[in-house]
Amino acid sequence: MSVLLVAEHNNKELKPFTLNAVTAASQMNTDLHAVIIGNNCGDAAKKLSELPLVKKVIQVEAAYYENFVAENFAPVIVKLAENYSHVVCSANTFGKNLMPRIAASLDTSQVSDIIKVISADTFLRPIYAGNAFATVKSKDPKKCITIRPTSFDPCESSGGSAPIEKAEPSEEFNNTKFVKREEIKSDRPELGTARVVVSGGRGMQSGDNFKLITSVADKLNAAIGASRAAVDAGYISNDHQVGQTGKVVVPDLYIAIGISGAIQHLAGMKESKVIVAINKDGEAPIFSVADYGLEADLFEAVPQFIEELNKLNTIQK
Amino acid sequence: MKILVAVKRVIDYNVQVRVKEDNTGVVTENVKMSTNPPDDNAIEEAVKIKESGKATEVVAVSVGEEKAQETVRKALAVGADRGILIKADGILEPLAVSKLLQKIVEKEKPDLVFMGKQAIDDDCNQTGQMLSALLNWPQATFASKIEIKDKKLEVTREIDEGLETIEINIPAIVTCDLRLNEPRYASLPNIMKAKKKPIEQINASDLGVDTSPRIEQIKVEEPPKRKAGIKVKSVAELVQKLKNEAKVI
Repeated sequence: MSVLLVAEHNNKELKPFTLNAVTAASQMNTDLHAVIIGNNCGDAAKKLSELPLVKKVIQVEAAYYENFVAENFAPVIVKLAENYSHVVCSANTFGKNLMPRIAASLDTSQVSDIIKVISADTFLRPIYAGNAFATVKSKDPKKCITIRPTSFDPCESSGGSAPIEKAEPSEEFNNTKFVKREEIKSDRPELGTARVVVSGGRGMQSGDNFKLITSVADKLNAAIGASRAAVDAGYISNDHQVGQTGKVVVPDLYIAIGISGAIQHLAGMKESKVIVAINKDGEAPIFSVADYGLEADLFEAVPQFIEELNKLNTIQK
Repeated sequence: MKILVAVKRVIDYNVQVRVKEDNTGVVTENVKMSTNPPDDNAIEEAVKIKESGKATEVVAVSVGEEKAQETVRKALAVGADRGILIKADGILEPLAVSKLLQKIVEKEKPDLVFMGKQAIDDDCNQTGQMLSALLNWPQATFASKIEIKDKKLEVTREIDEGLETIEINIPAIVTCDLRLNEPRYASLPNIMKAKKKPIEQINASDLGVDTSPRIEQIKVEEPPKRKAGIKVKSVAELVQKLKNEAKVI
């Protein structure tokens, strides 16, 4: 049987992580179909049909699918799942909210947040915030899998022409009503998906000093992160927190400034491709994971760092 | 209104987790255990609602081995009225836990069920959503703000794009984000008082739920170690390395 991918979109366009999820799903079975549920989502459905790895698109539309309420989405997918061996989507807030509702209805034990497909029923997934990797084999006849998008490359986005079939919507779930969505509008990339993250810790000493972090982030078009200690000290709001109890980030470049490297912080960033640490304590645990460590007073080193970056004149966009 | 709060006993978030040498799991012997952090937020919110006069009873429930009683007791020490421990040994998958909780919901008939959005041990992020599917109740996941409006809740959810607000009819499930509130510490007098609060013990096997794992854990390994890095002498050297060696700026 084939794999059913649940597409994430905004009714006009596919969300970028849908492409990463298609790559992961295609590794479970190349006979890959994708379902798109929305309202007037024809444009997004067309884009889905153009992904060469997708063999068929199933489009389901109703006014009450406009805002992706899981209680409305799940019954549609549960019904379609009769014909599929796997249901797959991204382990972001969309998929985390939706997939367990599908899995419980199918009486399937879901495998969450996989980082590798070993075979059609065996997967690698991080546990304890990445402090251990578990190899798990699903014994359920139908498998519900969420994938960590940053662990899979995005698939080709053009050249395909899969047929688009329409399927019937399910009844509306009346006990949940969408009210509003406030998207954080920032010129900066999102912390979870940024190519570069610059983080500050307790060593920043004050919220005001975080403007040094902001300056570095501006230069590198980076997202701003923080350790739990900096958040607890009130230097910055907790939506910037990187770590086991905050966000897990996997950027190409992670710059830790004035961060000692508590276990719970390391858990949130140690899979980054390149790690830089600037800290005046040469014994700080952050140096054990840093590719490039600079033992220096951050209040001297960071302004110099900004100056050097200015010289390079390479603002990354 | 009655609020049921599910709490899980996990390895404390400050402990460096170590993989067992035989690769069957992680070391839990002689390791500090605590309440799963966002479950503390769930208890705090329920207690605050009771203190505001909008709830009459807060019941804390945990599923796990005998020692999970400590986790229930801690919930009692910060304001829950009574506790339930569903005793079960071995690996419990979220599907099994949600089926056990469903039985407790059927018996206790709460108006709301709160729990943390995710446990920091298996990182599954499933139980709340699964329970709401089994009950066919509305779900508000990753809640950072809850307002009670008569027989409805208005919940602000933390989503990747920012914030989402939904309105759900009671009865409902809410899974709590760390941003929901600041959990209180238990005072010594309240810890003493909690010792007198009742904890009902139920064997999972008496609830008629098959809790046997559906996922075979083949092995648990250390994540690949990072290659040892270098210390640079100056900012100039750092920038040069980042540009020419790592090629990331």
